[in-house]
Amino acid sequence: MDPIKILTANIDKPNSTSIDVYIDAGGYKAAEKALKMKPDEITQIVKDSELRGRGGAGFPTGAKWGFVPKNAPKPTYLLCNADESEPGTFKDRLLIEKDPHLMIEGMIIAGYAISSNPMSYVYIRGEFYYGAMVLEKALAECRERGFLGKNIFGSGFDFDITVARGAGAYICGEETGLIESIEGKRGQPRVKPPFPAVIGAFGGPTVVQNVETLTCVPLIINNGAEWFKSFGSPKNTGPKLYCVSGTVKKPGVYEFPMGITIKELVFDHCGGVPDGRTLKAVIPGGASAPMLTADEIDIPLNFDALMKAGSMLGSAGIIVLDDSVCIVDAVWRLSKFFAHESCGQCTPCREGTNWLESILDRIERGGGRASDPDLLLDMSDNIGGKSLCALGDAAIGPVISSVKKFRSEYMHHIEQKSCLPETRRYRRLEMPAAAH
Amino acid sequence: MADLRPDNPYAPDRFPDRERRVEFPPDAKEKFEYILTRYPTKEAALLPTLHLAQEVFGWISPEVVHYVGSLLDLSPATVFGVVSFYNMYNQKPVGKYHLQVCTNLSCMVNRAYDIYEHLCEKLDVQPGQTTADGRYTVAEVECLGSCDTAPVVQINNDYHENMSVEKMDAWIRSRS
Repeated sequence: MDPIKILTANIDKPNSTSIDVYIDAGGYKAAEKALKMKPDEITQIVKDSELRGRGGAGFPTGAKWGFVPKNAPKPTYLLCNADESEPGTFKDRLLIEKDPHLMIEGMIIAGYAISSNPMSYVYIRGEFYYGAMVLEKALAECRERGFLGKNIFGSGFDFDITVARGAGAYICGEETGLIESIEGKRGQPRVKPPFPAVIGAFGGPTVVQNVETLTCVPLIINNGAEWFKSFGSPKNTGPKLYCVSGTVKKPGVYEFPMGITIKELVFDHCGGVPDGRTLKAVIPGGASAPMLTADEIDIPLNFDALMKAGSMLGSAGIIVLDDSVCIVDAVWRLSKFFAHESCGQCTPCREGTNWLESILDRIERGGGRASDPDLLLDMSDNIGGKSLCALGDAAIGPVISSVKKFRSEYMHHIEQKSCLPETRRYRRLEMPAAAH
Repeated sequence: MADLRPDNPYAPDRFPDRERRVEFPPDAKEKFEYILTRYPTKEAALLPTLHLAQEVFGWISPEVVHYVGSLLDLSPATVFGVVSFYNMYNQKPVGKYHLQVCTNLSCMVNRAYDIYEHLCEKLDVQPGQTTADGRYTVAEVECLGSCDTAPVVQINNDYHENMSVEKMDAWIRSRS
């Protein structure tokens, strides 16, 4: 399969963030066209394209827009989720920093399709300070040209966008956590139902979309649903950005029609693992996705195939691990992340993620017990499905999959009190642990 | 009180000093007024106001918590709850250079811990602490979303990508 340049068509151009470069490449034609259509027609085209959310859950975008009630008593909100914090994921940062206008055009069309109130928000993670500045500049250019503000494109539709910066919390990427954060609160997810499409930000119907999802929208309006469906396979359509990192020769963001296999992506396009090493495991969809072994990578990177294989596409953050990586150490690091980022609201997640981290650290330090692998599984069973949001389920993905697939490596640690001979530990164990 | 943990919210230094009231200078007040126009409720302006306060005052002291609360009609407890929930609001003063080393998986397997441990030793600081001269704070942070250029160190607002112990040393030399 050859790489494509559709979502990333503009990013290599000089001065790619400027509105003139974007307009020269045909930019804002889709918004102009969409604003002459009826909102329901746009939603129908997006439904027909079978576009699914690129943030992690893969929910059909058109269906989400269709859930927004008409004539709700409170204003409707469109929120763009740019809180890209899933370890292994860095595609939205590229889109924002290199081609902000594509996302803004997507927001204008989506805002019109759901009859958004005149103010919408991009929630960008606080660490992306440069990205937030790029966006602010792009938004100012749009206001100057009348693409944002009152009566945009002469359509009678008023629409503007505010950049809301997060402040360092993974959980704010969860849609109701994001809504809480936009409202100025701690980003603790809400009980669902009611779903955000009915009651979301400030009590109004709310649609939260990932950056990459929104960048697909102008392309669908310009080229039609059938064109979009010509990429990928049924129900898994469109161009897709894949983020490859870890122990791999050529890490980076790669664009392919959805469904390239992990094997082809990692070995044919990213150069494989460093010389003299062999592949050990791949995490296919960001830290939350259960890992796959080297024998399981001949699998298309799309929502349904990975789901069937017991993993998930998630945010398409592919982390490659070669045979020098100690699996217990790697899973410890991911568990430490989830323990740090658990919002503390639900007891199974708050307590359980800390326990997972402690047990994995104990095994790594040579104090593991023979019963620990089963203890990890038992504990995971007491976290999964027992919290309000998906963070608890995410935290157990790497733990369960690694215990099941690399049990012998766990047992080696426990019996020999050391890593496998070919692996190395990346941290010195005498360093004091930072507090959560 | 002596054995209270340093992060205990009831520790005496969590209470504002009445002698050290803070206030935004005129240009920050103007920015604050603009922030208010962008949100439908006053409370929603809390995160951007705290970002602004941190820019102005360097960290979110108990005095700043009370001041921001008074600006937005929120209780100090509500404001402190938000400050302590998010990572980026400094609850202690930080050094001139805030060295934040990502050690999450993709950075870890690209030797981020070497950089982090080297910084702690070279600058003689405990994780999360600031050097005695107030120049450097060293912290371990979670994924910065730049895994293809691992390891990444965020220094104040800027990302420094494809880092190594040598590059880190060269950077520190260039500052001193």
